[in-house]
Amino acid sequence: MAHDNNSSVHPAGQRSLGLRRGSVSLARQTLAGFRVLLVLTVLLGVIYPVAVFAVGQVGLRWQANGSLLLADGSHADTRSTGAGTDNAVVGSALIGQQFTGDEWFHPRPSAAGDGYDTLASAGSNLGPLNLDLVATIEERRAEVSAADGTVAGDVPPDALTASASGLDPHISPAYAAQQAERVATARGLDQAAVTALVAEHTAGRDLGVLGEPRVNVLELNLALEKMSS
Amino acid sequence: MAIGQISVLLIALAAVHLPLGAYLARVYTSPKHLRVERAGYRLMRVDADAEQKWSSYLFSLLGFSMASLLFLYALGRLQNHLPMSLGVSAFDPAGAWNTAVSFVANTNWQWYSGEAAAGHFYQMAGLAVQNFVSAAVGISVAIALIRGFQRSGTDGRLGNFWSDLTRTCVRVLLPMAFLGAIVLLATGVIQNFDSHTAVQTVTGATQSVLGGPVASQEVIKELGTNGGGFFNANSAHPFENPTPISNLFEIFLILVIPFTLPRTFGIMVGDKRQGWAILSVMSSLWLASVALLTWAEMSGPGAVARAAGGALEGKELRFGTAGSALFAAATTGTSTGAVNAMHDSLTAPGGGVAIFGMLLGEVAPGGVGTGLYGLLMLAIVAVFVGGLMVGRTPEYLGKKIGRQEITLVALYILTMPLLVLVGTAVAIATPAGQAGIQELGPHGLSEVLYAVTSAANNNGSAFAGLTAATPFYNTLLGVAMLAGRFIPIALVLALAGRFASQRTTPTTAGTLPTHQPLFVGLVAAVTVVIVGLTFIPVLSLGPIVESLT
Repeated sequence: MAHDNNSSVHPAGQRSLGLRRGSVSLARQTLAGFRVLLVLTVLLGVIYPVAVFAVGQVGLRWQANGSLLLADGSHADTRSTGAGTDNAVVGSALIGQQFTGDEWFHPRPSAAGDGYDTLASAGSNLGPLNLDLVATIEERRAEVSAADGTVAGDVPPDALTASASGLDPHISPAYAAQQAERVATARGLDQAAVTALVAEHTAGRDLGVLGEPRVNVLELNLALEKMSS
Repeated sequence: MAIGQISVLLIALAAVHLPLGAYLARVYTSPKHLRVERAGYRLMRVDADAEQKWSSYLFSLLGFSMASLLFLYALGRLQNHLPMSLGVSAFDPAGAWNTAVSFVANTNWQWYSGEAAAGHFYQMAGLAVQNFVSAAVGISVAIALIRGFQRSGTDGRLGNFWSDLTRTCVRVLLPMAFLGAIVLLATGVIQNFDSHTAVQTVTGATQSVLGGPVASQEVIKELGTNGGGFFNANSAHPFENPTPISNLFEIFLILVIPFTLPRTFGIMVGDKRQGWAILSVMSSLWLASVALLTWAEMSGPGAVARAAGGALEGKELRFGTAGSALFAAATTGTSTGAVNAMHDSLTAPGGGVAIFGMLLGEVAPGGVGTGLYGLLMLAIVAVFVGGLMVGRTPEYLGKKIGRQEITLVALYILTMPLLVLVGTAVAIATPAGQAGIQELGPHGLSEVLYAVTSAANNNGSAFAGLTAATPFYNTLLGVAMLAGRFIPIALVLALAGRFASQRTTPTTAGTLPTHQPLFVGLVAAVTVVIVGLTFIPVLSLGPIVESLT
């Protein structure tokens, strides 16, 4: 409670003097601000993220390095795992990939670059009344129902809409179920086996109440590939 | 399901309310420095024990923010020379300036795309540090205002800015962020220093695997109600928010400090009921916004949602409509601006509620610190209105609200609407502003209104269809962010100084009680009426017309 390093109560007649004092004081405080910022940057901008990194590399390595998957569907702790072999890293369990062709389960439409471009994560940002988007949705509905052989009205909304990130790794169980017959036929597999595979890769809501039931498309397709070989 | 996740969230918030509120009160009243803090003050060469008058407190705050601004600007201009820069190019002057203002002002408006245009070191040592310290600045101002109420007949000293700033970082944000980062790591948020390298996908295409110190930044982005995403898609990106559990945890992080500070306020002014009253106002307004947003997104009105059979455009499947609506209510009710769904694609009423949440001045529950001092300003208006009704000099917590006090409050209340309405008018009246608009008709106006509202309220989320990476919008929004942050702070500190030097008037039978449901209703009504009267015309031309289409 001892002193005030800037007693800036000035009589009304000394306004210009007050202003000058004010700017000198602000310059001095800015210099102090630089010193404070420097110390805090070392603590919060270097030591702290490195400490979190250390915890990750010791205890949660797979997650910290991007939840990477090998071609056989198993986990990889680093990107170089299996490099140069048939069983190299093919992507991340958390990041969707583009799949076209009858032999694959298809992901949601994506607005990230040309589709699932991780260097350009984005949604379409089209508005709720946008008529071009309405037309696009109708086109997608026709395409999907033709490809999967389902009634147009039954195509679930996730098959018709672009996600927020453009990298959504999931589709709804309904959309996966709808694709099972097409995939089984294209691969010459038993449809019941493919449907069972979908069920195996369906996750419910977290803790029973959080989020939505979902199927991870990359993991499902990797399992499918394993089953086919 | 909507009810289920809201219940889990409310239980978690309630569980930490009392202990965290008490802890915060101890942090700002303890006369002792920690050893690490004392070492820090020696390095910083600041006197952390000197009590400062409001003007000195403000000068220190402005000096610190100015230093932050210059430092961040320099980092942005030089980011291609920094370590782990991933081959990005330097920001141009307008872009570097916009981002510096944006992060120093706790806004985190982003014109750039993180994965394409920002290096790891710039994000980690520049942007993420501001996520800590700009949050700490907000909390410090709220604490200084509380001290103004606490003190009686002093010469107007409000504490020490350097001490409040450092304690907030060291004792509050850093430990919470460290624990939170580990939780996020466990859910799958990445934390490494790798660059973005391409791998061959299952079908033989290539896709880049992204790297970066994301978990350490993600947690403080939410906890400090900042909102600046490491990646372009922000909290919709699976590496920032991988599961429904991480989603709920991030919503919790956004809300935990804003909803706890009223408890700290109650403890520090020596009447916990006052804290409950403030908390009640915040909670009721926020729950109304949650209910409306959830209803809008789950029922899915509008041509697009009807065509698709649900409002999933711009939403991640793992969160669904309910998890996206809850996040949207949290991010716009506070000054966060992180998004887990693209707000431009929210349903028309949903997007309208999101704008309305920001237009309330982000007081329900508001940003860290800013929410509390914003709502206390509105409480003073409510006391003033109540005082006029009964014909007494209005008092709040024993402080008389005289002509000068109410003038400061009025200026505070008017700053944001002035910035929003003038800024929106300038943007829609000039060719440079019109050029950025994506959608025709009322949604185009909503895009501009959302952008300026977001900047002036230091939110940072966007209707991202608007092309805002132009000199016009970088400048306009930069001014709105700066003025929307520091003018209110100066007014709050000036008011706090007056209160600290005023003698506290003893409560009498005629004093308007400010801890009862009647007062809670009055404050909520004042808040909604002020926003309504100011913004109904522009809301009618934008979101309301859209909702009726």
